[in-house]
Amino acid sequence: MTNDTARRISATSLWTIIILIFALVPIVTTSAYKINVASHILVWGLFAVSFNMLWGITGMLSFGQALYYGLGAYSVGLMVDYLGSGWFLPAIALGLVMVIIVSFLLGLLVIRVGGVYFTMLTLAFAQLAWQITFKWYDFTGGDDGIQGIIPPGILENRIVYYYFVLVIVFVSIWILKRMAYSPFGLILRCVQQNPARVRFLGRRVRRNQLRVYMVSSFFAALAGSLMAGVDSSIHTDMLFWTTSGEAILMSVLGGLNQFFGPFIGAAIFILIEDNIGARTEYWPLIIGSIMLVMVILFPKGIVGEVLRLKAWFGKNGGGRQP
Amino acid sequence: MDATFIFSQAVSGLTIATLLFLVASGLTLIFGVGKVFNFAHGSFYMIGAYFGYQFSAVWGTNFFLSLILTGICVGLVGMLMEFLFLRRIYGRANEGGFQILMTYCFILIIDDLVKLIWGTEYKSLARPPGFQGAFQIGDTFIPTYNLLIIGIGFAAVILAWYILARTRPGRVARAASVDREIVGVLGVNVPLTMTLVFGLATAMGGMAGTLAAPLRTVTPGAGIEVIIDSLIVVVIGGMGNFWGAWLGAILIGEVTAFGVAFAPKWATLFSFMILVIVLIFKPEGLFTRRKVM
Repeated sequence: MTNDTARRISATSLWTIIILIFALVPIVTTSAYKINVASHILVWGLFAVSFNMLWGITGMLSFGQALYYGLGAYSVGLMVDYLGSGWFLPAIALGLVMVIIVSFLLGLLVIRVGGVYFTMLTLAFAQLAWQITFKWYDFTGGDDGIQGIIPPGILENRIVYYYFVLVIVFVSIWILKRMAYSPFGLILRCVQQNPARVRFLGRRVRRNQLRVYMVSSFFAALAGSLMAGVDSSIHTDMLFWTTSGEAILMSVLGGLNQFFGPFIGAAIFILIEDNIGARTEYWPLIIGSIMLVMVILFPKGIVGEVLRLKAWFGKNGGGRQP
Repeated sequence: MDATFIFSQAVSGLTIATLLFLVASGLTLIFGVGKVFNFAHGSFYMIGAYFGYQFSAVWGTNFFLSLILTGICVGLVGMLMEFLFLRRIYGRANEGGFQILMTYCFILIIDDLVKLIWGTEYKSLARPPGFQGAFQIGDTFIPTYNLLIIGIGFAAVILAWYILARTRPGRVARAASVDREIVGVLGVNVPLTMTLVFGLATAMGGMAGTLAAPLRTVTPGAGIEVIIDSLIVVVIGGMGNFWGAWLGAILIGEVTAFGVAFAPKWATLFSFMILVIVLIFKPEGLFTRRKVM
């Protein structure tokens, strides 16, 4: 019991530190660029954490979450573009409602097949959405994307918008965390480990898979719509399969089995990309090689390996006997 | 809209189908035998196109000889990838996901290596001498090169059937797809079989790349388009089902060809519509009897 309490306190303090660091960014630096990088980490962190609900917790590897990420971004982009920036916040809400409907209908289709099929079908549908967006030039602007998406009123200020993103991202992550450790989250873990026994317990596997698919898509869309305001522009690349791929790489980099692993992974990924990607055009080659090594040698991810090291030192020091 | 138009579209559909089949059959074969989904299979198609370009256009080798050389080289690359990397994660928890992740890393790496070696600009490959003309039927022309592709594809189907049905390695591969463990117990070197199947499948994908190079442009990033089409074919035909892949490829090839003729902008939507219909009514694949789950 005390051990459990201690763990809870250390997790809470970790989160407090992370939130404090991000809250201090605009105070410490006035550089618009650094604030932009920090916003990217926040938004991608939410995207990666929402993705991890699917793969890390339920064992459903989706290669198509970019579909929802892009849908969120495009609902904001298109409405601001056609109706004016006053529609920024209603557009986020409308995008989320749309994503609930789309993820429900598409979810009914894709969870009919398990394993690899699920992965590939989510990929196929996301690519379909990308193609439609890409080719429907008159409506979506095609390859040009949409520029000049300015949030309305007080949100127009970069720093205010940063705190707006910060609050939404951490509230969302908190909701997802509550969900992951609720009875619902427990069933999701059971679905990953042994679907047949979940049925023995009288729980429906498919219904829970559909639910988590919708939850994950919802928060992916929220991340996407926030991103539309961060960069003030959106692009068809947000729907492209590499976007889904990046969320996967971030999750694995950070650690699949830790709830906050994907967030840390997103932060490290973006910081590396920011430093190395700016100097070389062969960034995919570098991240591909890094991830290959991670997959073979450190499948637990950075957070997982750090925790293992900590446990190992704890055991050797003899200070922390259970 | 007349008979010759339909005929020429059907031929073009068969050409697409043949190229698709050469890639998709490898994908389905690897999945059937080793339960590995090779996400990077499209990248082997792409390096096949580049190898073909290198042998044939840069070094001036005969087209058919470079086709064979490409098959050998790409097959070796595939075997190397399986032997050095994929083999290390067999049997790990959450294996399927990590295989996809690993092969995804290979897509990134191969794409960039190709850019590093050949640059980002489009390459083109001339049609082999003797196959540059076209037949005239009515007032439409049918390129002889398309007929060559269909012919080679047909030969590949028959050869694959012969290997799978009539030779010992083929029988071992089929047995391994039913039950790996028992085949291993019977004294067959299953990992070696897996490596060989991987080599054969990637070699077919690479040859498809060389064959397609004169028709399409050779560009980095071609892999992902191919993998999605092949994926649709494989799901429609039933994963691991060799003949299903063949029929699925013909179906998607023809639908794409006629779709391009009637609604060029939205042609890709049609194959997705077929995919959705199949998923709703027969998710285990049109041509398979076994259930997926």
